[in-house]
Amino acid sequence: MAELEVDIVATDGKVWSGTARQVTAPAADGEIGVLAGHTPLLSVLRPGEVRVTPAGGGAPERWTVEGGFLSVDSDHVTVVVDAATPVAPAAR
Amino acid sequence: MAGQQRVYKARIRSTQSLKKMFRAQELIAASRIGKARDRVSHAGPYARAVTRAASAVQAHGRADHRFLTPRTDTQRVAVLLVASDRGMAGAYSATVIRETERLVAKLRGEGKEVVLYLAGRRAVAYYTFRQRAVERSWTGQSDAPQVGTADEIATALLEAYERPGSEGVGEVHVVYTRFVNMVTQRTTVERMLPIELVEGVEERAQGQALPLYEYEPDPVTVLDALLPRYVRARLYACLLESAASELAARQRAMHTATDNAEDLIRTYTRLANQARQGEITQEISEIVSGADALAS
Repeated sequence: MAELEVDIVATDGKVWSGTARQVTAPAADGEIGVLAGHTPLLSVLRPGEVRVTPAGGGAPERWTVEGGFLSVDSDHVTVVVDAATPVAPAAR
Repeated sequence: MAGQQRVYKARIRSTQSLKKMFRAQELIAASRIGKARDRVSHAGPYARAVTRAASAVQAHGRADHRFLTPRTDTQRVAVLLVASDRGMAGAYSATVIRETERLVAKLRGEGKEVVLYLAGRRAVAYYTFRQRAVERSWTGQSDAPQVGTADEIATALLEAYERPGSEGVGEVHVVYTRFVNMVTQRTTVERMLPIELVEGVEERAQGQALPLYEYEPDPVTVLDALLPRYVRARLYACLLESAASELAARQRAMHTATDNAEDLIRTYTRLANQARQGEITQEISEIVSGADALAS
């Protein structure tokens, strides 16, 4: 199965990068899920939660973000946010 | 004659304590510069991501946004000057201020009215001493700028740019010092607004189609969110580069100062020794001539 290259960057540094199966983000019109082969997309993000399902499966990585934007370009996903705080496993 | 010696001794002592201070400042600057450069590299990914997205939008030719097209309804121009909070950095602040003055003169020559925004206490001191009007200033963290401050500055500049009519500004320029490496820092003037996307425009092979972006929810909203972030990221990068440059300039200036102090100490030590020897010679000749006078 095709995979996504994901970069999550905040103002003060890289938050996460790696390969993933799926990225879910709070787009302006509602939650958006990105899988491999998505059309190029540039979307505004609302404050909310970004979830990344790693390529190897397993529990998704989750962050609470303060808004930003998301770009998808030939299976390369870049999530640019003003601030991201990881959601602790205990809080799930 | 003993007075002469005492004067030199006192000078040596004070120069020694100055030297200690210079040395300490040099070490402080040297230890902070690593951190400053780290911060520059940490901010890199964000700036690159924003720039890539912005230039992709630009490449589509759909870019028709108020941040990208020049304003014609106002003659006012904002200039942001990034200098340091403290001295002891050689000509660092003076160079930036001089470059700003040149830019201001050039803009005035084009019939524009310049509005000054300052970052760094040295710049504020320069302009308040000359009683020149300053729109807004920020001080206190020139050697370790925080994201919050950069945001504040960016917000002020964007707000001025977006203000309608003759109250607003038509262009925003930034004068800062680019950190090339430890020995070279270049004073740079950049036009921040309207945005000219220069860096990061990827060269694409002939025939390879550019991705046709879908905008969610629509192009204007996306650009509204994207372009201010681009400005913020650029501005933050400017502040960080200036901070690294300031520390490098300080380290170099303090190194030179330490060397000069050492030279001075050496000179004064020689003079003090000369004075001491002169004193001894005089005493001996006094004794000898006294004895001679008695003997004859």
